[in-house]
Amino acid sequence: MSDIVASNETIVVVGGGISGMTSALEAAECGKQVILIEKNASLGGRVAQLHKYFPKMCHPTCGMEINLQRAKRNRNLRILTMAEVTEVTGESGDYSLKVSLKPRYVNENCTACGECEKAVEAEFDDEFNYGMSKRKGAYLPHNMAYPQRFVIDANIIGTDDATKAKEACKYDAIDLDMQDEVIDLKAGAIIWATGWQPYDANKIQPYGYDRYENVITNVEFERLMDPQGPTGGKLVRPSDGKEAKNVAFIQCAGSRDRNHLRHCSRICCMASLKQSKYVRSAYPEDGKVSIYYIDIRAIDRFEDFYKSVQDDEGVTFIKSKVANIIKDKDDNPVLKGVDTEGYNRYETPYDLVVLATGMQPSVDQNAFPIDIVINQDGFIEPDESNGAIFAAGSTADALDVNRSVQHATAAALRAIQVVNKAAGTGA
Amino acid sequence: MSTNTAMVEKYRNNFLKEVEANVEEGEWVKMCMQCGVCAGSCPLGNAWEHPPQEIFMMIRAGKREDVLTSDSMWMCTSCYNCIVRCPRELPITHIMHGLAHYAKRLGIQPKGNPTQWFSEVFWNNMMKKGRVNELKLGLSMYFKDGFVSGIKESLKNAKLGMNMQKTKRMAPMEFFGGHGVKNPGDLQKIIKKAQELEAARIEEHGK
Ligand SMILES: Cc1cc2nc3c(=O)[nH]c(=O)nc-3n(C[C@H](O)[C@H](O)[C@H](O)COP(=O)(O)OP(=O)(O)OC[C@H]3O[C@@H](n4cnc5c(N)ncnc54)[C@H](O)[C@@H]3O)c2cc1C
Ligand code: SF4
Ligand code: SF4
Repeated sequence: MSDIVASNETIVVVGGGISGMTSALEAAECGKQVILIEKNASLGGRVAQLHKYFPKMCHPTCGMEINLQRAKRNRNLRILTMAEVTEVTGESGDYSLKVSLKPRYVNENCTACGECEKAVEAEFDDEFNYGMSKRKGAYLPHNMAYPQRFVIDANIIGTDDATKAKEACKYDAIDLDMQDEVIDLKAGAIIWATGWQPYDANKIQPYGYDRYENVITNVEFERLMDPQGPTGGKLVRPSDGKEAKNVAFIQCAGSRDRNHLRHCSRICCMASLKQSKYVRSAYPEDGKVSIYYIDIRAIDRFEDFYKSVQDDEGVTFIKSKVANIIKDKDDNPVLKGVDTEGYNRYETPYDLVVLATGMQPSVDQNAFPIDIVINQDGFIEPDESNGAIFAAGSTADALDVNRSVQHATAAALRAIQVVNKAAGTGA
Repeated sequence: MSTNTAMVEKYRNNFLKEVEANVEEGEWVKMCMQCGVCAGSCPLGNAWEHPPQEIFMMIRAGKREDVLTSDSMWMCTSCYNCIVRCPRELPITHIMHGLAHYAKRLGIQPKGNPTQWFSEVFWNNMMKKGRVNELKLGLSMYFKDGFVSGIKESLKNAKLGMNMQKTKRMAPMEFFGGHGVKNPGDLQKIIKKAQELEAARIEEHGK
């Protein structure tokens, strides 16, 4: 990795989701030297795990494809995957970073033919499908993965599987001797785009996510609907594979709640409205959706989208935060509570219940490698004292893709101003 | 002028303000976002006319009469399920007791409500010696509706009584005096002082 050239005119972007990719590409296309550091084996972040995007209901692959084309064309951009920043020192215009690189055990020769995958036997939970399916010990993170290069799971190193994989590869792409590495980088500005993670549904005890198979989260539901997901895109429930035609959504599951996340996660209302369209298009005849909510927050231009779901007779809105969930003898989750429009008590069974869990910053408050101003919800604040460390996208707030991209572009501009100054060309 | 009419005069249409000023933890009422979790979480929910969520809305809507004469808050058993789950951390249980207490102070609490009656019996029983006399408490419960039904009730619960005796939770000798704290007189003094402070506080608010 000694071929990486970095100076105080370099911009380092941490996190290769849609926000990090946007910041990196915008800056690189302005002629700046950019290094993009991604923890996973592939770029794309959480967006790559969505089935479709609101509001246009297109597939994330098309948006990703454009960005990847831009990345491939650009000579100013270096991408490091399986990499994490462990240390940052210095100040605006002059930062030093330590980056630790994990071995992929697969080099540039890989053509993604998949022979190694066929050769190995060991299986692990597929993190791309949130553990709802298995993947092999030699694997491509997902179809759209960039770089399109396989990964050997570190857990099979030293086993027969590793040797089998190496022998199966016709291109001499597997190198079992790769080691952990730590490299030093310089940077004038750093863009932090490590994004979000779903709030841990196990903590919402009354909803029984840990006890009931047919209570799942909204991120799992995205995978369930995807043709490359664990069920091949069929909307069936986990306990018995029965068609899930009567589906309930519980809004604010762990958000706007002082016992969990205090903030409104802002995207989960729209995510559930979008997902109710999934249900209705999977079963147009007899698919039914019930949305339990405190209030629906389909912000500004999304009003039309909300209206179109309201107009669908197959979708019912119930103004009530569900108190708790029990299970009946047929494994149906039963929602219990009182509605706010009339104070009527209900106890209603469904085939499947989706918890609209919220967005929590992916990096723990205390785990940032440098002192930085973070608000009570864990998001990075824009603050003078952060120097030239700028947050991009959902690292700064719970944002959808559109707003993340806008925010990331602004972050790129700020970083460019700093490195221009370092180069003596800026104001 | 009764305290009740004085309060009506003072707060006119603003029952929320009245609750905030006079009810224990009443200043929390406005924080309720009407999500409904408390209403759905109450194990005795179907026994209430108005669940807490509805009571809070009624307070804001100025339904003074309906709230204060309701027996809903008297149904709260202090299980704390609602407090634990409320996303806004309202001390719901305490507000329920605060409302009940306020209604009683104004003398407009529902009449003949059994939990209210029991609270008084319990209080008087405990104040005598500083400890609850289970035997006398139990007996006064059974004989609440007269001698004949009292005997019937006692017989129905004879087994419970025997078990309580076995586990030393209740002793027949308690009937003659019973155990207590070392200096019940001191305890009564403490309580008297607390009641004076409380009365002064109420007086202050009433101005
Ligand atoms: C159920 C659901 C459905 C949604 N549907 C939509 C939709 O239809 N339309 C829409 O506009 N928005 C939708 N969203 C919101 C969307 O997912 C986010 O706006 C988007 O993911 C934000 O992108 P990001 O790059 O900021 O963060 P992320 O996607 O989280 O990307 C962060 C990247 O940083 C990497 N990373 C994390 N930590 C480190 C580290 N320490 N070092 C290096 N790299 C690191 C991660 O691996 C990841 O690649 C949905 C959200 C949910 C919960
Ligand atoms: S976006 Fe909707 S579901 Fe999500 S926290 Fe906000 S109000 Fe609740
Ligand atoms: S749980 Fe809390 S916020 Fe929700 S209705 Fe009850 S008191 Fe209001």
